[in-house]
Parts: sequence; C-alpha cells; structure tokens
Amino acid sequence: MTKAIGRVYTFLIFLFLYAPILVLIVFSFNDTETSSRTVWSGFSLKWYEKLFEDRLILEALRNTLLIAVAAAVVSTVLGTVAAIGISSMKRLPKRIMMNITNFPMVNPEIVTGVSMMLLFVFAVGLFGGRSLGMTSIIAAHITFCLPYVILSVLPKLRQMDPALYEAAQDLGCPPVKAFFKVVLPEIMPGIVTGMIMAFTLSIDDFVISYFTSGTTQTLPIYIYSMTRKRVSPEINALSTVLFAAVMALLIVVNVRTAKVNRQIQEMEENG
Amino acid sequence: MMRRLVSVFLACLGALLLPVGALAQDGGAAPDRGVTINVYNWGEYIANGTDGSMDVNAEFTRRTGIRVNYTTFDSNESLYSKLAGGGADYDVIFPSDYMVSKLIDEDMLAQLDFGNIPNFQYVDQQFRNPDYDPDNRYSVPYTWGVVGVFYNTDHIQEVTSWESLWDDEYAGKILMFDNPRDSFAIAQFLLGQNVNTIDPEDWQAAAELLKQQRPILQGYVMDQIFDKMENGEAWIAPYYAGDAAILVDNSENISFAVPEEGTNFFVDAACVPRTSDHQAEAEEYINFLCDPEIAGANMDYVGYSTPETAAKEYIDPEVAKSPLHYPSQETLSRTQVFVNLPGETAQLVDSLWAEVKMGGPGESAVLVAIILGFLGVYIAIIVYKRRKRKRELA
Repeated sequence: MTKAIGRVYTFLIFLFLYAPILVLIVFSFNDTETSSRTVWSGFSLKWYEKLFEDRLILEALRNTLLIAVAAAVVSTVLGTVAAIGISSMKRLPKRIMMNITNFPMVNPEIVTGVSMMLLFVFAVGLFGGRSLGMTSIIAAHITFCLPYVILSVLPKLRQMDPALYEAAQDLGCPPVKAFFKVVLPEIMPGIVTGMIMAFTLSIDDFVISYFTSGTTQTLPIYIYSMTRKRVSPEINALSTVLFAAVMALLIVVNVRTAKVNRQIQEMEENG
Repeated sequence: MMRRLVSVFLACLGALLLPVGALAQDGGAAPDRGVTINVYNWGEYIANGTDGSMDVNAEFTRRTGIRVNYTTFDSNESLYSKLAGGGADYDVIFPSDYMVSKLIDEDMLAQLDFGNIPNFQYVDQQFRNPDYDPDNRYSVPYTWGVVGVFYNTDHIQEVTSWESLWDDEYAGKILMFDNPRDSFAIAQFLLGQNVNTIDPEDWQAAAELLKQQRPILQGYVMDQIFDKMENGEAWIAPYYAGDAAILVDNSENISFAVPEEGTNFFVDAACVPRTSDHQAEAEEYINFLCDPEIAGANMDYVGYSTPETAAKEYIDPEVAKSPLHYPSQETLSRTQVFVNLPGETAQLVDSLWAEVKMGGPGESAVLVAIILGFLGVYIAIIVYKRRKRKRELA
C-alpha cells in the first residue's frame, strides 16, 4: 500500500517537473499558420525548418553558447582555485570569505545587473571604448557563476583525506604534480557539477545579461523581445533541440562513467 | 570526464561558427567597407529570410558592404532604458510615436540629413511632419497601424463601439492591454477626450471608467491574446491590427472592427541616436528600408502597414486591399496619435494605472498586511531558533 502511494507520489512529482517540457516539445511539431501555442492542428516539421533558416535566432544561440562556455570554463578554474584556498584558511577568515562569496547568490539579480552595468559603463568610458558587448557580458556571467562553483567544490575538498596529498609528497611527488595526480581526481565530481551548473545558469540568465549586454544579443533577450507579437514556435523547436542535446550529453557521460566504474570494480575483484 | 566535456563543447561551437563564415562569402556582393552598424528594432519586425521572404539585413550588406549587427527589444520603455543607461552604441533605432517625441525632448536623437535619404520622397504626404516630430527632422516612418477590436463571432454579433468591452454579457471573456497608454486611450475615446490631454481630471475620469471594467475582465495581457482568442478562452480583445491580422486570416470565427468613437493611430519610425558614430551609414540603412521594393517585401513579413503607396505594388494584393491593414480615409480621420506626456502627467498616469490594476488602495492595504504578516512569522522563527540554541548551549 505505502509502496503504491510512494509510486503515485513520485509519478506526480515527475509529471509536475516534466509536463511543461513535454507540452513544449509537442507544440514544436504543431502545424499551425498562426503560430499557436495551444491549438493543435496536425504534425509538421516546419518550425524546425524555419529555425535553421532564421539567422537572428542562430546568431543569438551562438552568442549564448559562446558566453556560456567561456563563463563556465573560466569560473570553474577560478572557483576551484578559490575553493582550495578557502578550504585551507583558518576558521574566521574562512567564514568571512564564505559570506562574501555567498553574497552574490542572495543578492537580487536586478541589483547585480544594474550595478554591473554602471561599473562596466564607467570602466568602458575610462578606456575610451564606446559600447558594452561580449566581454562585459562574459565578465558578468563569470562573476555570478563563481559562488556556485566554489560551493560545489568545497564539500569535496572537505571529504578528501588531507593525508593523501601529504603522502604523495612523502613518496617524492613534487607539490604541483601531487595536486594534479591526487587532489584533482579526488575533487573532480565537484568540479564537473560546478561547471555544469555554471553553464546552465549562464545559458538561461536574462536579467543580468539584459543590463550588461550592450549591443550583443543572447537567446533569452531575443525570446523576450518577441512578446509584442508572439513567441514563435521556432523557440519551441530550438528548446526541444537543446533539451535533446543536453539529455544526450548527460546520458553519454553517465553511461561512460558507469562503464569505467564497472571496469575498476572488475579489476579490483580480479585482484 | 572534464576533457570530454570540453571537447564536446568545442565541437558544438565549431559547428555553430561554420554557417556564419559561409554566409560572409556571398557572391556578387559589394566589398566590405569595414563598418558595422548596430540596429535596434522591435522583435520579429523585419523580414529575415524564412518562409521565402527576403533577408533584408543580408541584402543590405550585399548591396552596400556595410555589416549589420541587428538586435531586438520588446517595448519602447526597454529601448529607452537601454539608450539612457549608456554602454550601448546604437546607430538605428525604431521607437514609436510618443517615444520619438520623448527622445526629441530629451535631445537624444540626431537630426537626419535627408540628402542621404532620397527615398524619403516615396513616403506619403500624410505621414510627413507628424505631431511627434512636427518639422520631420528626426524620424522616418517605418510602419503604421491602428488599434481595433477583435471578437469571436460565435458569441458576439457585431462590435461598433468600445462599449462592448464594458458589456456585462461577456463578463470573464474580455481582455485589455497590459500597458497604461493603450488601455487609457480606449477609455479616453469612450469619454471623447484627447489622448494627449494634460488635464488631471480627464485622466481621473478615464481611470474611473477602467476601474468599473476591471471586475468583468479576464485579465490584462499582451501577446497572450493570440492564444486566448484562438482557443475561445476569451471572446473580445483590443489589439494592434497588424499583429492580430493573422488571427482573422486563419480563423473563421474571429472578426475585426475599428470602433466608431475613434482609435489610436501609431507609427514606428526609424531614428538615429545622437551618440551614433556612423550616422551616414545609418542614413544609408534607413534609405534602403524606404526603397519601395524593400519596404514591400518587408511588410509582407511584418504584417503592419507601409507609409509608402509606391510600396503597395510589391506586397500581396490581398493585403493591400484589406481594410484591416489599410483602413479607409474615413476611419483614419477619427484617429489620434500619441505624443510624449509631460513628466507630471506621465507620473499621474503611472500611479492611476497601478491603482486600476491593483483595484485601488483597499487591495494594496491587504497586500501590505500580507507582507507584514510574512515578515512577522519570519522574525518569530529566527527569534525562536536563537532562544532554542541558547537554551541548548546553556
């Protein structure tokens, strides 16, 4: 009985989470003249066709992905380094540091966005530039992604046995090599989680991008600008493609990890 | 794992960069002049090459060798905040009528050199020297249209007056604009006022009328009207004729009317901000858009109306004849154009609009009470936890 209830509950939760995405995917195949989002009138791939003809959407998508990759990579490197530094601090400075890094997360996005815009406009003016653009938006994204990376790497560092690193050095490993051979593999899951989080946060950020983008346009800004007319089902099609791509990526990564784990297990069992 | 993720990212990026590179090498193009102009227009407001339409920006680059960085906005207000905030260096923008006059008032637009815009000759006389730019020095009209009523003929016989939006019979099936200027204008036409009045009493009266309407409204919406009208969730709604024409064209039971009290006539115009570094190139772009052939090709995609009679040759003849897109002179004579309101009036309108939407001060008191209640509970929880911790420590 309880098991059945549990199943129903799980099902409801998943329905709640995935129903909107499902509706979005279904309507990306809708054959409608009025680009309706609620009236079904047959199956068609025309929105996908239009999507790949639409230079503006593709350009916005390219900007978004470029920014997301740059922000994810840089904030992951910076965040990991920062996490290692923070984890070896004494108690008080550590707490102060953590509060400072957590602050951007609780700060309302609109405040972060406006203040960054003012800062960038000032900085750009100082160096004689004219316009905000790719660089400022990437800088902004790195900034708001950093705390998430730090927060996902820190617990891994705490879990790690500090004796491992010392042992490696005792066995004649220089510090840098010991870091890459011992510490890094140990905290890798945290780093990957942080990077994926930074990537997704950067992709769907609207508020901060809106203020810091200058004349560069990202996908969320482009979609929002469609609201005087109506958001075209091309966006459904694009979201479906992105969803499928992320899904495939995650499946590939998970299957590979599972395989590697099984191999390790087998090796251990065979001695 | 990390390396794998990075390589997948790089592969995706490479794939994305490819088509852009390919596009740059179009045959028969004018040589690249090394100039990129930043164009800021409404979302989905230019033909972009899908569905066999002309890719207007690509065509401009091909003919002139000037590259276009084309970006989009959703409302006049976001355009204004981008311009005023600084850090965005636009060369061509497309504000609507009242925003043009606001930008002129604040000295944010450059005077155009009409010597660079010979195609201005095609713009019809009635669109020159408009109220928002009396000497026609700063703007070139791009599109125009009127606001009208869309209604479901299954439930509503005929609409001739804005009063239908106040009809109890359609309670719960009526939609209104979710922006102050457009909503107030409807009440103002009913009251026979000037939409640009600066008399506070006029605005108060209009707000009263809107408050009376609120109980029978389904909601204040913008683009949701398309879905709600199409699936019959709502029966009657005002909207911009050009945008909603697609509804009338594709559903048998949706009809359009311009009420007899008159309506708002709006223009979106091309302007050059004062800060532009490439004014000559920007004017070249505006001139290109005024070419009747381009304007015609553009309008078929955009759905709005062109201010150039010469361009009608190049658009779908059905559209050129349709009263939805090109209302009769008689209808047009009953229209009014928005101009910028002075600061004081604008503030009054904003606060009245907030009152209309919130349902007066009574309901905002409830809201404040709820917020205070939440705060109280929050503080109580914090205090309780502190106490508990102290007791545990002791």
